[in-house]
Amino acid sequence: MVFNPIQIVPELYQLLLILALFFQSLGDGSDTPPAERWLPFFAGFGIFVAIVSWGAEGLIFGGAYKLDALSQFMKLAISAGFYVTVLNASRQPSLEERKRPDYFMFLALSAWGLMILSSAVELITIYLALEISSYSLYAVIPLRTTNGVGAKGAAEAGIKYILFGAVATALALYGFSYILASQHTSYISQLALRTWTWDGAPMAVVGLSLFLGGMFYKLALFPFHFWCPDVYQGASNETAGFVATLPKLGAVVVLVRLAVLLKPGLEITTLLAILGACSMTYGNLCALAQKDLKRLLGFSSVAHAGYIMVGLVSGTAMGLSAAVFYALAYLVMNLLCFWVISRVASDGRNLQLDDLNGLYKRAPALAFALGVGAFALVGLPPTIGFMGKFFLITSAWDHGYNWLVITLVLNSAIAIYYYLSLVRHAYTHEADETLAAPDNSAFSIAGASLLAALVLVLGLVPGRVFDFAIMAGKQLIP
Amino acid sequence: MEFGYPVLTTLIVFPLLAAAGLFFIKSPQVARAYTMGASILELILAIPLATFKHNAEWQFVERAHWVPQWGLEYHLAVDGISYLMVVLTLAILPLCVMCSWTYISKRVKEFHFCLLFMTAACVGVFSALDFVLFYVFWEAMLIPMYLLIAVWGGDQRRYASLKFFLFTLAGSTLLLAAIVAFRITGGTFSIPELMQFPFTFQFQFWAFLAMALAFAIKVPMFPFHTWLPAAHVQAPSAGSVILAAVLLKMGTYGFLRFCLPLTPQASEYFAPMMIAISIASILYGGAIALGQEDIKKLVAYSSVGHMGFVTLGIFLFNLRGVEGALFQMLNHGIITGALFMMIGAVYERSHSRLIKDNMGLGKYLPAFMGFWGLYALASFGFPGTNGFVGEMLVFTGAFQKSYIVGAFLVPGALLGAAYMFRVSLKMAWGQPASAKTWRDLNTREWAYLLVPAVFVFYIGLAPGLIFKLIDPSVEKLVGDFKQRNTVEQKVTAEAVPAAVAAVVVPAEPVNN
Repeated sequence: MVFNPIQIVPELYQLLLILALFFQSLGDGSDTPPAERWLPFFAGFGIFVAIVSWGAEGLIFGGAYKLDALSQFMKLAISAGFYVTVLNASRQPSLEERKRPDYFMFLALSAWGLMILSSAVELITIYLALEISSYSLYAVIPLRTTNGVGAKGAAEAGIKYILFGAVATALALYGFSYILASQHTSYISQLALRTWTWDGAPMAVVGLSLFLGGMFYKLALFPFHFWCPDVYQGASNETAGFVATLPKLGAVVVLVRLAVLLKPGLEITTLLAILGACSMTYGNLCALAQKDLKRLLGFSSVAHAGYIMVGLVSGTAMGLSAAVFYALAYLVMNLLCFWVISRVASDGRNLQLDDLNGLYKRAPALAFALGVGAFALVGLPPTIGFMGKFFLITSAWDHGYNWLVITLVLNSAIAIYYYLSLVRHAYTHEADETLAAPDNSAFSIAGASLLAALVLVLGLVPGRVFDFAIMAGKQLIP
Repeated sequence: MEFGYPVLTTLIVFPLLAAAGLFFIKSPQVARAYTMGASILELILAIPLATFKHNAEWQFVERAHWVPQWGLEYHLAVDGISYLMVVLTLAILPLCVMCSWTYISKRVKEFHFCLLFMTAACVGVFSALDFVLFYVFWEAMLIPMYLLIAVWGGDQRRYASLKFFLFTLAGSTLLLAAIVAFRITGGTFSIPELMQFPFTFQFQFWAFLAMALAFAIKVPMFPFHTWLPAAHVQAPSAGSVILAAVLLKMGTYGFLRFCLPLTPQASEYFAPMMIAISIASILYGGAIALGQEDIKKLVAYSSVGHMGFVTLGIFLFNLRGVEGALFQMLNHGIITGALFMMIGAVYERSHSRLIKDNMGLGKYLPAFMGFWGLYALASFGFPGTNGFVGEMLVFTGAFQKSYIVGAFLVPGALLGAAYMFRVSLKMAWGQPASAKTWRDLNTREWAYLLVPAVFVFYIGLAPGLIFKLIDPSVEKLVGDFKQRNTVEQKVTAEAVPAAVAAVVVPAEPVNN
C-alpha cells in the first residue's frame, strides 16, 4: 500500500495546531495574539480538512492504521466536536490568561489522540492512542482558578482521574498480555478469525474482558464509572464539556471495532450486556438524587454508556451503525447541555439545579436550548436522542438480548424525572434576585440555537447522516 | 381528490408555523387575537375534510419515505374512527383560546404556543399510519401538556405535572418496545399492513399487554387513573379542556386502532379482564365523584367513569359496543370540555373551585346555570342529549354480550345522575348564595358555551350523520376482528390453510 499523506491530513493538521500552540506556550504571550482568538478559526477550518479526507481508504503503517468509513466519520465528528469545545472554552472565566495556550494545546492533543484511536486497528496502537488522549486530559482537568469550587476541587478531580486511569490502563495492558499469549496476534482482523468462547480460549476471554475494561473506563461504563461524576464536578464547566463528550466517541469507535469479536451468545457478549444493563440502571438511579448539574450529567453519561452497549451486543451491522449514530447523538446533546451550562455559569462556578430557576426569563434562548437538550437526553421525539435510541432498540430486538432492550426502555421512564427537573427549574420556578446574570450575548445564543437546531433537525430527518453510519457498520460486519 | 395542498400535513404544519409566528408578537392581547385567528384559519384549512366519503377506506392518504434505512414512512390518512377525533381536536382549539382569554394573564405568548403545538401533535397522533410516526406525535404531545400544567397551573402544579409526565411516559416506553417487536416480527411499521399480518398468540399476548398498559394509563383506566384528578385540578381551564377532550381519547383510540386489529386473539383473551376493569372504572369513578367537594375534581372523576364506558364498549367486540364507544368518546369530549370551561368561568368569579363557595348561582347567573344544567344532563345521558346516544349504545352492546355485564352498568349510570344532580342542585339553589355581586355570562363566554351546546342537541337528536361517518369503519373493524379470530382459531385448531378457512367460515354478517 502506497502511503499518501492526504489520507491522514486531519491528523497532520491537528498536529500542526498542537505545534503552533506549543510554540506559543513557550513565550510569555505578550507578542502573540491570545490563543482563544485565533484557535477557533483554525479549529473550524479543521472540519473542512476532515471533509477533504472523507473518502480515504486503506491500511497503512504496517496494517496497524486503517482508514475507512468509520474512521473518517469519527474524525469528522471529533473535529466538529473539538471546534465546539474550543469555542465553548474560549470564554472560560476560570482559566488564567497565561495558561490558555497550554490548556488548548492539551485539548488539541487529546483530540489528536482520539483521531488516531478512530483509525487504530491493532491493540498496541489502540493502547498508545488511548494514552495520548488520556494523558493530556490528566493535565487539563486541574486547570481551574480559585473562584467558587476552586483549584482544590479541580486538583482532587485530576488526581481521581489519573488514579482511575492508571488502574484501568494497567488492567488493559495486563489483559492485552493474555490476548497476545493465547491468540498470538494483536491485529483485530486476525483476532476476528479466532475463537472467543470460554471453552475454546478461556485465557483470551479473560484478556479481552480486561482490555475492554480500559475502554469502559473512558466510556464511564459501570463499574468503571466512579471517576465520572467527581471529575465533571471538579473540573471547570468547559473542561467537563470536553471530557464528557469527545473521549466517549473514541471509546465507542474502539468498541465498535472490537465488536466483530463479540458474537451474540458468547459469554463475553453477555457480560457486556449485563454491564450495560447495570450501567444504565445505576446511572439513572444515582442521577435522581443529584443537585449539582454536572454531577447529574455525569451519572447521565454513565447511563448513556449503558445504552450504547445495546447496539454493540446485537452483533449486526445495523447494531454497530446504531451505536455509532447514538454516539454522535450523545456528542451533540451533551455539547448542547454543556454549552448552556457554561454560558449560564458566566462566572465559572458550579451550577446547582436551583441556579437554573427562572432561566426562561433571564435567558429565554438558553432555557429553550436546555429544554431541547434535556428532552433529547431522555429520548423524547422529535429529537436526535429519540432517533438514536429507536435505532438502538430496533437493531437489537430479536438478537437474544430482548431483556436488555426492555431494560433500556424502562430506564427512559426513570430518567425522565431528573431531566425534567432541569426543565422544571428553568421554566416553572421563579428566579432568585441574587443570581449572576447568564451570558446573553449573540455568541452564546447563536451557539445554543445552532446546536439545538442540530438536535432537532437530525431528530426529524436522520436519514442522510445515518447512511454514513451504515456505511461504517457494513464495513465491519458485511 | 385534489385540493391543491396536502390536507393532513397542512393541518399539522400550520399550527406549528403559527406558533413560531407568536415569537414576533409583543402584546398579550395581540397574541390572543392572533391565535384565535390562526385557529379559525386552521378550521378553514380543514374544510376539504368535509368531502370525506362514507366508506371504510383510508382517505386523504399521504405517503412518503422518511428514513428508508429503517423502513420509516411519513404516512398519514384518516378513516371514520380517526376522522371524528381530528375534527374534535380542531374544533376544541378556538374554544380553548376563548376560554383562556382572561383566565391566563402571565406568559400569554408561551401559553398559546403550547396550545398550537399541542393541536399539531394531536392531529398527528390521530392521522399517523406509520407506527413510529404515531409514537413521535404521541410523545411530542407530552411536552406542551406538561408545560401547560406546570407553568399555568394551580398551587400544586409541579406535583401534578410531574405525575402526569411520569405516568404517561412510563406507560409509553413499553409501547416503543412493542412497536419495535411488531416491526421485527411483521416486517413493517405500516399499520394497515401490520393489520394483515398473522401474529402468533404468544406474540400477541405480550404485545397486547405492552400496548394496553400505555393506553390504559392514558385513558385512564381504574388502577392507573391517579394522575388524572391531580392533573385536571391543577391545569388551567384550557389545559383541562384539551386533556379531557383530546388526550384521554388517545388511549381509547389506541385500543381501537392497535389492540383490536393487531392483536385480535389476545384482545379476545384479555377481554374479560378489560371489561372487569372498565366496570371497576365506571363504578369507582362514579362513587368517588359522589364524595367530592371540589367541582373540578368531581368532573375529573366523572371522566374516569365515562371513559370506562368507552373501554367497555370497545371490548364488547360488537357493532353497538364499538359505535357506542366512539359516540361516547366524542360526547365526552364535548360535554366534559364544556364543563371544564364552565368551571373556569365560575372560577374567575369566585376564585375557588369548591362547591361551597359557588352556591346559589341560579338566581344571579341564570344563563350560566342554564348551560351548566344542560351539560350536566348531557353528562349523565339524559334523553335528547348526545350523552344519551352513547350510553344507550354501550348499554345495548353490553346486554347483547351478557346480562351480567349489563347489570353492572345500571348502578354506574345511576351514580352519574346522582353526582351530577348533587353538585348542580347545590350550585343552583344552595344557601348561602355567594353570587350576589357576580355578573352573568358575557358575549365571549356565551360564544364558547353555545358551540358545544349546539352539538349536544345535534348529536342527541339527529345522530344519523355521525353513524354514517363511523359505521363503515366500525363494521370493517369488527368484521375484520371476528374474521381474523375465527380464521386463526381454525388454523391453530385444525391446521386448515387460512385461505380455505376463510371460505368455509365467512365473516359473521354485520346487521345494521
